[in-house]
Amino acid sequence: MARQKKLLRDNYHQARWDEPMIFEMSVPGERGVLVPLACENIVSQVGDGVSAIPANLRRKKAPALPEVNQMRVNRHYYHLSQETLGTDVTLGISEGTCTMKYSPKVQEHMAARHPGIVDVHPLQEPDTMQGILELYYKVEQFLKEISGMDAFSLQPGGGAHGVFTNASIIRAYHRARGDNNRTEIITTMFSHPCDAATPNTAGFKVITLMPDESGYPDLEAMKAALSDKTAGIMITNPEDTGIYNPRIEEYVKAAHAVGALCSYDQANANGMMGIHRAREAGFDLCHFNLHKTFSAPHGCMGPATGAIGVKEFLKPFLPVPRVEFDGQKYLLNSNYPESVGKVRTFFGNTNVILKTYMWIMQHGAEGLKEAAICSVLNNQYFMKKIAEIPGVVIWYAKGKRRLEQVRYSWEKLKQDTGVGTDDVNKRIVDFGIEHYWTSHHPWVVPEPFTLEPCESYNKEDLDEYVAVLKQISKEAYDDPNLVKSAPHKAASHRPTHEAIDEAELIAVTWRQYLKKKGKK
Amino acid sequence: MKKLGVIVNPIAGIGGKVGLKGSDGIEILKKAREMGARSEAPRRALEALKIIAKLKNEIQVVTYPDEMGADECREAGLEPEIIGSIESGETRPEDTMEAARKMAERGVDLILFAGGDGTARNIYSAIGSSIPVLGIPAGVKIHSAVYAINPHSAGEVASLYLQGKVVNIREAEVMDIDEEAFRQGRVSAQLYGYLKVPVERRVQSVKSGARSEQAEVEGLAAEIIANMDADTLYIIGPGTTTRAIMERLELSNTLLGVDVILDRKLVANDVTENQLFDLINQHGKARIVVTAIGGQGHVFGRGNQQISPRVIRLAGKNNIIVVASRDKLVALQPHPLLVDTGDPELDRELRGYVRVVTGWEDSIMYRVSDDAD
Repeated sequence: MARQKKLLRDNYHQARWDEPMIFEMSVPGERGVLVPLACENIVSQVGDGVSAIPANLRRKKAPALPEVNQMRVNRHYYHLSQETLGTDVTLGISEGTCTMKYSPKVQEHMAARHPGIVDVHPLQEPDTMQGILELYYKVEQFLKEISGMDAFSLQPGGGAHGVFTNASIIRAYHRARGDNNRTEIITTMFSHPCDAATPNTAGFKVITLMPDESGYPDLEAMKAALSDKTAGIMITNPEDTGIYNPRIEEYVKAAHAVGALCSYDQANANGMMGIHRAREAGFDLCHFNLHKTFSAPHGCMGPATGAIGVKEFLKPFLPVPRVEFDGQKYLLNSNYPESVGKVRTFFGNTNVILKTYMWIMQHGAEGLKEAAICSVLNNQYFMKKIAEIPGVVIWYAKGKRRLEQVRYSWEKLKQDTGVGTDDVNKRIVDFGIEHYWTSHHPWVVPEPFTLEPCESYNKEDLDEYVAVLKQISKEAYDDPNLVKSAPHKAASHRPTHEAIDEAELIAVTWRQYLKKKGKK
Repeated sequence: MKKLGVIVNPIAGIGGKVGLKGSDGIEILKKAREMGARSEAPRRALEALKIIAKLKNEIQVVTYPDEMGADECREAGLEPEIIGSIESGETRPEDTMEAARKMAERGVDLILFAGGDGTARNIYSAIGSSIPVLGIPAGVKIHSAVYAINPHSAGEVASLYLQGKVVNIREAEVMDIDEEAFRQGRVSAQLYGYLKVPVERRVQSVKSGARSEQAEVEGLAAEIIANMDADTLYIIGPGTTTRAIMERLELSNTLLGVDVILDRKLVANDVTENQLFDLINQHGKARIVVTAIGGQGHVFGRGNQQISPRVIRLAGKNNIIVVASRDKLVALQPHPLLVDTGDPELDRELRGYVRVVTGWEDSIMYRVSDDAD
């Protein structure tokens, strides 16, 4: 008979090493590696090396690097790694909208060791890196099939970068037609914020739609906003709330009727692969975050890829160089005079393309669809369990299913006990689970938290997460101070908000730290 | 040690329960009591004070005698210093004003009051915006924007503020309506001024890219100015949001009144309805710039009655520009912006969607209604 499974890690305690900064560990003269001196015949050819560098480029003073031996460096970074909670040691369910799925380790091994990846330089002749170009070409074909679009660029180095590039394509398209009057982009409050921010950066005025009572973007408001000034709509579906907009076609039709283009933010397409395509929804452009839906790991801002897809009539505006296949070999083609240009050095983050290729090949078409179905199924189970926790409320669309994620609210818990989402978030790490994602700004849903139990997690993982939230809710009702003074077992205490918010206190380098603390 | 002043208006809200639309005036009060009305203020104050009582060793509390604070503070477990004197059972607006003045003299860091618009107005007239104030909503009329969303939240925000923790100070409208007119079915709200109110700050992680409300308001002022048409009157309504436009143009302005500019230069400050009408008549082209005033999101009909129905019609409905920060609109959710110009026909015509300018090259489509429900 199986023993009763224990869900809560009551005895969990994170390491707390009281670790100094690496700069504080410096011992003058200590070295990690003793670099051998150049042998005589090299010296006779190049001299001392340093004097070959023009005088105006040479440092006057040696850089103030920490001088630490190898073993101490190794120990230092192990200590720091034990004071973090990364995807390999905790449940990535916390990061709703981010799709923290498992990235098979074989992908890392290939990316780190395969000579076809690690020994290649992007300035080589295309003839000598056919393998990498083939990866690009084939991933493009896969994404075309998954989205229904006619061409992709894998150049943008992140999701928001992809959306920015799409905004640039929209601008280029209207200008090419001699229409310079279209200065506005429409987006929605629960779309990813880059759907507002990046068109703004690209020079557009941005109009945001609020949700209606059901949680859908207000269609009547959109119709009131559309005009001959509208360049495009850039929207996410399902939105951050996890609510899928079944009337998406009506939004697209209304936009097309005034001559605007429609760009589909599918950064997180995890609930839709093999089920729903941008083309059938009528969109002209779309994008996928390969580092979310297609398993390349992410966090810490990279490496990532925001793959952008367009219909045939927008292909001339895609970034160059484009990877093409002439039937015999792969080549780089920059001969697209209307292109928005190059948006990333060389041709993007090749590692991410490799991992995407491997992940798709491991799954096959049926496997991708199954992953989508499992992620939605996981979310149905998870949402039902979380909705039962005292203090949790779910805004909008009562009785309707969410797709692959849900924006929940601790509004009731806060009213009942004074414990809000920030407090729960500090307590959750005491059970070995990383901080959850609250919400993009502004908090339209009060006291928000957004969870996404994608297909990687099994029932036991989901049950553990639910048990932790249930426990914290109970604590909030019994002893709110316990939650409000958390974390108690984590590597660090509550950071002060001022240290995050106020420019004069933020120190992201050692030099800044010394300066702002008045130590130098 | 931080010092908290507590004022309970023990008759606030007494008229509401018996449908008397307010509690101002001795006669109304008598009538309400005869009808069996009891005030909500003591109970609501107690709810907030119980939360604050957790800090009782860290703060000093100053309050007024008996039902004006002393009773509620003691019941919550606080040991307040009691000042002033009242006639228990016969408290008057002057008591609230005197209490606020005395607390200001004693250097309190925050005044927490339980009451309605009348109470807020009394405090404002006594001490202006010299010290931060936070309202526990307990009155019939709550047009002002100086209250926390509920008593619990009032206790929480006041606690955070007294502990020196994350709160912002916002200037919030003090409004009051003429109760006599209100009882006869007319709403006529005046904007009396602004109190400094602590609000809980939503600090979010870096990814969320939150901007401060002040930065947004500066951005929207820049947006309005950049798009100003030449040879067009701009009628700038009251409020701190619209004031940002005047300040950016370095023009003198009236926080509580209506100012007029032309080609980015001042035409007149604090104009009357008649002056406005004449100015537009003489000049022709005009745009009206207004923001949501008060806690209920009125763009017309509260505090800006100078911009009357005939003024709006003369300028043209298409020449209305609404400005507001995102925070303000989100706080209003899911309620619409309201219009109550006094002309039901015009109110109906103004229904629909308005593009609210929320920042630099940034706007939100928002619903406008002529019906608060």
